[in-house]
Amino acid sequence: MTALGDRLDQIKAEGRSALIGYLPVGYPSVEGSVRAMTAMVEAGVDIVEVGLPYSDPVMDGETIQLAAEAALATGTRVADVFTAVKAVTDAGAPAVVMSYFNPILQYGPDRFADELLAAGGSGVILPDITPDSGAGWAEVAATRDIDTVHLVALTTTPERMHLTCQASSGFVYAAALMGVTGERASIGEGVDALVERAREAGAPRVCVGLGVKTAAHAAQVASYADGVIVGSALVRCLADHPDDLDAGIAALRAKTEELAAGVRGHV
Amino acid sequence: MTESLQSAPGPFFGQFGGRFLPEALMAALDELTDAYDKARVDPAFTEELERLAREYTGRPSIITEVPRFARHAGGARIFLKREDLNHTGSHKINNVLGQALLTKRLGKTRVIAETGAGQHGVATATAAALMDLDCVVYMGEEDTERQALNVARMRLLGAEVVPVTTGSRTLRDAINEAFRDWVANVESSNYIFGTAAGPHPFPAMVRDFQRVIGVEAREQMLALGGLPDAVLACVGGGSNAIGSFDAFLDDADVRLIGCEAAGDGVDTDKHAATLSLGSVGVLHGSRSYVLQNEDGQTIASHSISAGLDYPGIGPQHSWLKDIGRAEYWPISDAEAMDAFRLLCRTEGIMPAIESSHALAGAIKLGNELGPEATLLVTLSGRGDKDVEQAAQWFGMLPGEDA
Repeated sequence: MTALGDRLDQIKAEGRSALIGYLPVGYPSVEGSVRAMTAMVEAGVDIVEVGLPYSDPVMDGETIQLAAEAALATGTRVADVFTAVKAVTDAGAPAVVMSYFNPILQYGPDRFADELLAAGGSGVILPDITPDSGAGWAEVAATRDIDTVHLVALTTTPERMHLTCQASSGFVYAAALMGVTGERASIGEGVDALVERAREAGAPRVCVGLGVKTAAHAAQVASYADGVIVGSALVRCLADHPDDLDAGIAALRAKTEELAAGVRGHV
Repeated sequence: MTESLQSAPGPFFGQFGGRFLPEALMAALDELTDAYDKARVDPAFTEELERLAREYTGRPSIITEVPRFARHAGGARIFLKREDLNHTGSHKINNVLGQALLTKRLGKTRVIAETGAGQHGVATATAAALMDLDCVVYMGEEDTERQALNVARMRLLGAEVVPVTTGSRTLRDAINEAFRDWVANVESSNYIFGTAAGPHPFPAMVRDFQRVIGVEAREQMLALGGLPDAVLACVGGGSNAIGSFDAFLDDADVRLIGCEAAGDGVDTDKHAATLSLGSVGVLHGSRSYVLQNEDGQTIASHSISAGLDYPGIGPQHSWLKDIGRAEYWPISDAEAMDAFRLLCRTEGIMPAIESSHALAGAIKLGNELGPEATLLVTLSGRGDKDVEQAAQWFGMLPGEDA
């Protein structure tokens, strides 16, 4: 078991749900993103999803698209993700990399996995890879102690639910809505049932993301999921202060504290 | 050749193809695959599609010999497969009618499409009007500017056109945005993909709907005396080319040549020559050749032709290249525009700039092979949409010196 599974089990034993925060590496700079991720851990994020910016992010809404575009424009490279992973694990939180497949494919899946583990990372979340895609990642993960998080959606059929939950380790990522990443006014219906279906299909742990914005959302999701995943609402803290990283990080800390209270049921 | 290469079913073509997209779309892709597998063997579907081809599109499209043009191509005999004469002005309608009929079968009421030059968008807006479907077309902002006439055409047909302002603001970004729409509206909407690329079932399905081009042309050429020495077609994503090639795949003596956009030239960084200069990667849901940097980030492509301005390519073309069954030639903006003008002036036929890349390929091949050769060129679309751009290129707009 990796640090990711250990931490999720430990948090469950505390009687609460985990807060998982996403930020893309390289936004607003590699150094700035490392500072922001570290601050997020200090302010109460339990696990960090380190995003690897990609030129064609079909699963992402505008906030993360623009951040990724900015990160690439300033020259962010694949290897920068390991710098961020190391900083996050040094700060005391498990790190998982969220990446579309092509950057990993070009870097070399074996090399990527080895360097991720060497940096202290626990695993990967692959939004455009399903267990039956034949991408070759499963063979890489099978020979290493590395988690592969797959996604399930409201439209996932029973057959695919079983396949996906059996193939995932660490946790299963349940998408709370049919759509792309981004802040929404409310958490949609049927998400608790989706989490339940994933558990019945053998998911080790189920965390919920997409659309989570407020402490109230976090508390609602925390009542039935093992973890609450927040991305765009955190990225926006930095995006709202384009020329002032200190102010962006202060906003990020405040938002993280709000969400951390949410997963503990304090709204 | 022992085994037929025709109508390869996917999802993989050799190492290429597959389905690399979020789980949220898998149910819709499975549903579409299933509906297509049933429809293709259902006479009610195939007969309706054939009726529309005949009575709406105007099929079969004719072939035209172009002797005055051919004098500039080494004197080879050159025949054009006239997809430009189809209703809506390009081959795109062949595919769209098939996918729109499938949309009705799925019980969905809204269609999404991406478009580069606007020809696929116009065809989709047309089919949506015919079959009473709501239609949203995503188009890169840069393309809405260089193909303003097609934007107006789509709007006149009742479609909503959404300019895409992210990324390189071209076809590739329009596809990203269409996928995003589809994930959010999958219950009501079907994605009518315009080219033989993307995730399974699109590469095989779009090829099947475009296959009629090669099937007709092969019969027409045989009736005129024999198979051509080569079939040439332009390739962006590759739908008119794969539709032209498929029926000839088992004719080992027929060379198949895809003409891709080399923009300013393959020795510059402004081109869309994916098969000449790309490397294997994953883009838009399938594994194929991609223009990308060493980190796997897609590189912006460039071509004077919006319809060929794409850094990816359909997976079956990648496979045909690797097994050596098809060749892919880079054709520059300048070569394509020279061929455009030549066809206008020698034959009175104004080709789309996309199709002009195939004409330029024919000029090269004809000069190489000489008067004994017979070449079949797919004229995938007509050039009405390109008049302003061509006039600009040649300095023919009012106030400019010709």
